[in-house]
Amino acid sequence: MKPEERPKAAFFDFAGCEGDQLQVANLEEKILDLLNIVELVSFREVMTEHSDDYDVAFIEGSITNSHDAERLNGIRENADVLVAIGACATIGGINSIRNVQDFEKVQERVYGDEREHYEAWEKAKPAKAVVEVDYEVHGCPIDREEFLHVVQSVVMGREPNIPDHPVCVECKLNENVCAFERDEFCVGPVTRAGCDSCCVNEGAICWGCRGLIDNPNEEAHEEVLEEYGLTAEEVIKKFDLYFAWQQEAREDE
Amino acid sequence: MSDDIDVNVEYLTRVEGHGNIEVNAKDGEIEKCEWQVIEAPRFFESLVVDRDWKELHHVTSRICGICSIGHTLASLKATEDAMDIDISEQDKKLRKLALHAENMQSHVLHVGYLALPDLLDSKSVVPLTETHSEEVKTVIRLHKLANTMSDVVTGRTTHPQRLIPGGFTKIPNERELEELKEKLEDSVDDLKAVADLLENLAPKIPDFRRETEYISLTHEDEYGLYGGDICSSDTGTTDVDEYLDITNEYTVPQSTAKYTKNNRESYMAGALARLNNNYQQLSPMAKEIAGKFDLDPMEYNPYMNTIAQLVEVVHSVEDSIGIIEELLDKGLEKQGEYNSPDIEPKAGRGIGAVEVPRGILFHDYTYDEEGKCTEANCIIPTNQNHGNIQQDMEKMVPEIIGKKPEDEIELTLEMLVRAYDPCISCSTHYVDIDFVE
Repeated sequence: MKPEERPKAAFFDFAGCEGDQLQVANLEEKILDLLNIVELVSFREVMTEHSDDYDVAFIEGSITNSHDAERLNGIRENADVLVAIGACATIGGINSIRNVQDFEKVQERVYGDEREHYEAWEKAKPAKAVVEVDYEVHGCPIDREEFLHVVQSVVMGREPNIPDHPVCVECKLNENVCAFERDEFCVGPVTRAGCDSCCVNEGAICWGCRGLIDNPNEEAHEEVLEEYGLTAEEVIKKFDLYFAWQQEAREDE
Repeated sequence: MSDDIDVNVEYLTRVEGHGNIEVNAKDGEIEKCEWQVIEAPRFFESLVVDRDWKELHHVTSRICGICSIGHTLASLKATEDAMDIDISEQDKKLRKLALHAENMQSHVLHVGYLALPDLLDSKSVVPLTETHSEEVKTVIRLHKLANTMSDVVTGRTTHPQRLIPGGFTKIPNERELEELKEKLEDSVDDLKAVADLLENLAPKIPDFRRETEYISLTHEDEYGLYGGDICSSDTGTTDVDEYLDITNEYTVPQSTAKYTKNNRESYMAGALARLNNNYQQLSPMAKEIAGKFDLDPMEYNPYMNTIAQLVEVVHSVEDSIGIIEELLDKGLEKQGEYNSPDIEPKAGRGIGAVEVPRGILFHDYTYDEEGKCTEANCIIPTNQNHGNIQQDMEKMVPEIIGKKPEDEIELTLEMLVRAYDPCISCSTHYVDIDFVE
């Protein structure tokens, strides 16, 4: 691709740990490949240069107040394509745990008497709750290869391939011992795959960071649910680290 | 040179999170001189309430992507302290490797990607990929090495999965450790190349000094990172359990983050604080590199924090080689593939402190009998540095006003904040104030 034909790309962060933008740095030498296919015009974490003239915007973090919502609206207006990266931006992420807590208590626990001083919504929201989002790169943090795949797809004008089957499918292929077999609770049966079951491979459980599959009641991993006498809804309700915003959105439908 | 200046840096770049610099002066009189912190609160100390002891480190790791290993370790230490859980010597060594990996990753990112452009008169690392491609490739190799080390030890580069209360779900095998050791040994040329590059650029590091208090961990047997007591360069050592007597959080009108102070109006945490407090325990090559920059205690130039980070990268490489040798000499004790230590949760309070790239970090949890968290407090290093940044600015601005053009003053102030490598997004304690325009 000729340098002048590269689409202009910009990164923006909201409430989050900036671990997804870190995965861009963690591309290591592949960063140079990335710079061959997009022209980076704004990325506050690593660049002083800034331009509002961009084609593709990458959004990290949850939206938690009206100031940030306004900023996101401005970005949406500027960008032809908007891509949410990471669980905070795609499903509210770990921030959404507080969506099911009493907000008065949430504020009091952290700020005591000084809680009235700042503006924060009762609930943390993903980008798509505020603006139209074109593509999502799931995960906490995002998978670098999947990120590159989405960028390449956007640049080539193709639809990226994002799985809509549960993590159990990948976990079985990896021949892991099922977490339920080990007396642990796991949300792999209802969580979107695409991570190659990376947490279970390391001896942990699936925590649900890629969010629910589109239709958990019909597409959940039946074999595992049957074997352990569970329903998809029970799995979702029992363990809600990442699902709070998605659950509420499902109930509203 | 004008005695009137108007510096307004909104959303300082090349730092993690959001902060502003505002300095106004008329006829040499300073009207305003502020480091302002503005970040949306994330309420971590509430997110963990009612959650199970097995989940806390997973949640608090998300305070910061860059120091996720450090937050995980501080979290595990707090839980282990609360429930009297012991870990093996082997696991302790592996955790130290994990911490070294993260310090290296974060320091290389800061020194090579964020701070270096200022010394090469560039606005970012992006143009340097063309003008200084060999140097950038060297930095990338070191960054990759640090991440490889995280992968080998913790199973991931960000938000580690293998670290759990009581030890590890899975540990690396001897072959993986041997390969890692070889890679660390092979990195010496790259480390020296970066040190030489910075040595040549050292005259561009601003010459500014302000005496302050330095706070870090200290340990009698080693350069304190994973454990030890709290050490103040002013007041000596304090037990980690007494951390609140050191941090003394308070609020200021221009910041959404809480500030801290101990013996003076502010203190500094981070690589320079550690180096000032524990210089003697640095590895031989680390001391050699420090010597190239005349960096030894007490160093009162905050800009030298970036060089202290470089020195610590060298220390981490050398110390990690030593730790791996010890592990291999003794032979790795095998554990099950999905290790889950047999732990009976119990009620209690526990405090964990570790040194993370930006300084000393505290996690403090209280659990009920079932192992559900009832209360939490996290004090992160960047918040401990805000007050010191403000004090530095107040001393420096009158020294340079009228002597430098406004754009240079602005750059000097930006470089000052960057030298602290602040990670504002991971600040856990905020209060919100409306800034007067």
